[in-house]
Amino acid sequence: MARVEERIDAGFAASTAADASAAPRPRGDLARLPWVSLAIIAVLVLVALTAPLIAPHSPTEQSLPDKLRPPAWEAGGSTRHLLGTDVLGRDVLSRLIYGARVSLIVAAVALLAGGGIGLAVGIVSGYLGGRVDSFLMRVVDATLTFPTILIALLLAVSLGQGLQTIAIAITVLIWARFARVVRGEVLAVKARDFVALARVHGCSHLRIMAVHIVPNVLNTFMVLLTLHIGFVIIVEASLSFLGAGIPPPTPSWGQMVADGRSHIASAWWLSVVPGGAIMLVVLAFNLFGDWLRDWLDPRLRQV
Amino acid sequence: MTTEAPVVLDVRGLRAYLYTRWGVVRAVDGVSFTLREGETLGLVGESGCGKTMTGLSIVRLLPEPAGRIVDGQVLLEGDDLVAKSEAEMRRVRGRRVSMILQDPQTSLNPVFTIGDQIMEALRLHHSSGERSLAGRAEAALRQVKVAAPAERLRAYPHQLSGGMKQRVVGAIAVAGEPRVLIADEPTTALDVTIQLQYLALLKEIQARTRLAMLFITHDFGIVARMCDRVAVMYAGRIVESGPMRALFRAPRHPYTEALMASVPRMEGVVTRLPSIEGQPPPLHDVPAGCRFAERCAYVDDRCRREYPPTIPVGPAHEAACWRVEPSPPSR
Repeated sequence: MARVEERIDAGFAASTAADASAAPRPRGDLARLPWVSLAIIAVLVLVALTAPLIAPHSPTEQSLPDKLRPPAWEAGGSTRHLLGTDVLGRDVLSRLIYGARVSLIVAAVALLAGGGIGLAVGIVSGYLGGRVDSFLMRVVDATLTFPTILIALLLAVSLGQGLQTIAIAITVLIWARFARVVRGEVLAVKARDFVALARVHGCSHLRIMAVHIVPNVLNTFMVLLTLHIGFVIIVEASLSFLGAGIPPPTPSWGQMVADGRSHIASAWWLSVVPGGAIMLVVLAFNLFGDWLRDWLDPRLRQV
Repeated sequence: MTTEAPVVLDVRGLRAYLYTRWGVVRAVDGVSFTLREGETLGLVGESGCGKTMTGLSIVRLLPEPAGRIVDGQVLLEGDDLVAKSEAEMRRVRGRRVSMILQDPQTSLNPVFTIGDQIMEALRLHHSSGERSLAGRAEAALRQVKVAAPAERLRAYPHQLSGGMKQRVVGAIAVAGEPRVLIADEPTTALDVTIQLQYLALLKEIQARTRLAMLFITHDFGIVARMCDRVAVMYAGRIVESGPMRALFRAPRHPYTEALMASVPRMEGVVTRLPSIEGQPPPLHDVPAGCRFAERCAYVDDRCRREYPPTIPVGPAHEAACWRVEPSPPSR
């Protein structure tokens, strides 16, 4: 590769044909999209959006005669309740469908807010350095020492239970993780000559941060974001499990897992179905994150 | 010929210190030189002598918050850059003074195409529509002799070789049509054959634009090829400066002399190269007298006590040493 270019350098301009293959390809190469994860994510989003239309039953409607029905394919199951029913006779499939909304909303809000704050703090802290950096990183250290569950419980007590509380609690907990990792990346990027040269060419600090630093840390940020989707869903589940999450009648996957815990020997589907859903969604987002990282990196894009 | 050209850059008594936890590092400690239009001044010296810091001081990009210019003036066409605000400096950088750094691998932003980066530089310096920008970017690449410039605009930095990248960096550096270009060892990271091409290219751009160039290097071969005048730096100060030929033929400062002696020659029997014994003084604790005293073959008591004055020793040639005989200025 280098050889070829040096020959061109030297004036043997004849071999430009070789260059055509080296030119970057257009971005949307359909065959390389992570179809499996995209499909899972698409189904999740679709289900969350159309929950009232596709859910076979109301997620909160109780029917004690139908309680603890196994899924349709098990002995004693019926097609009325495809994934069985829980202790109070509520349809597991419908609860799963409505629960997707909670998971998605919490993940989206908490990650947008927490990730955004973390990105901004990390960039400013890493780029400006000095006292600003010391101060912000001490705040990050302090935040990271908060016990997750304790803070969430305190917030739940003071703000009242609900989606909002969970989103705020998770935001407060995760921004610092983003800030710390992003800052480290910024330090590495800042040391490279193009940042100094950008200043030589007359860029302002703000422009350098926004135009030159952000795109270079975006890969890391995206991967971090997708990894944290799993974390957020799990935190939400833990909080719901402890009763500090979504108030009971509203279904959430974490709460469903927790509820099924005491019946795990006799009614496995109560925990396994929402647990499987959590696993599948987290996996899909992680795979998507991996693909995104490769796609965002110009060095890997054309391999 | 160059002596008649107007002075573009006049650095007077520049002092730039680094305030570190080990003390004050006097990286640039009273440096003065002038640079005329179309002229190349070679700033040579060993690692850590303050060459790079001198370059960074001129564009006011010393490492923050440790670095500070404590004294002196940097007159760019009569305009003192030291006194300027950060906002004013932003209009100076790129348009009036530009810079090329050592490592082409990190000089370009890996996530943008070559075209984006050239156009960014163009956009910062002039306002004009996107289409003419693309055309100008292509012209800029052609100017630095990059083959197939239209295709290269869409390439990412990792797709180019080191030599090509450094050409692009050069194209960006001259995009704002600066009057002064500070080249900080621009060819150190390139292999030898590419070095020559690159130097020839810089010369060509200089001939066309009458650019004044401050060429920071430690390679005397490059100095001989590129520079009209040379300034030799040692431990934060310029110890000798003069026309390239005069300085090569008759170095007057013992340090320059010793440096010249340690350059390998093509002719003659190859014996062990002479080297300069010892280390330069630490810049946070410089001795009172001549900084080269400890390593100098001709040292006497006065050298250790007092820093020597800078004495004219020939036409436009001066040296800071007690031993040199002043010559009457011939001009």
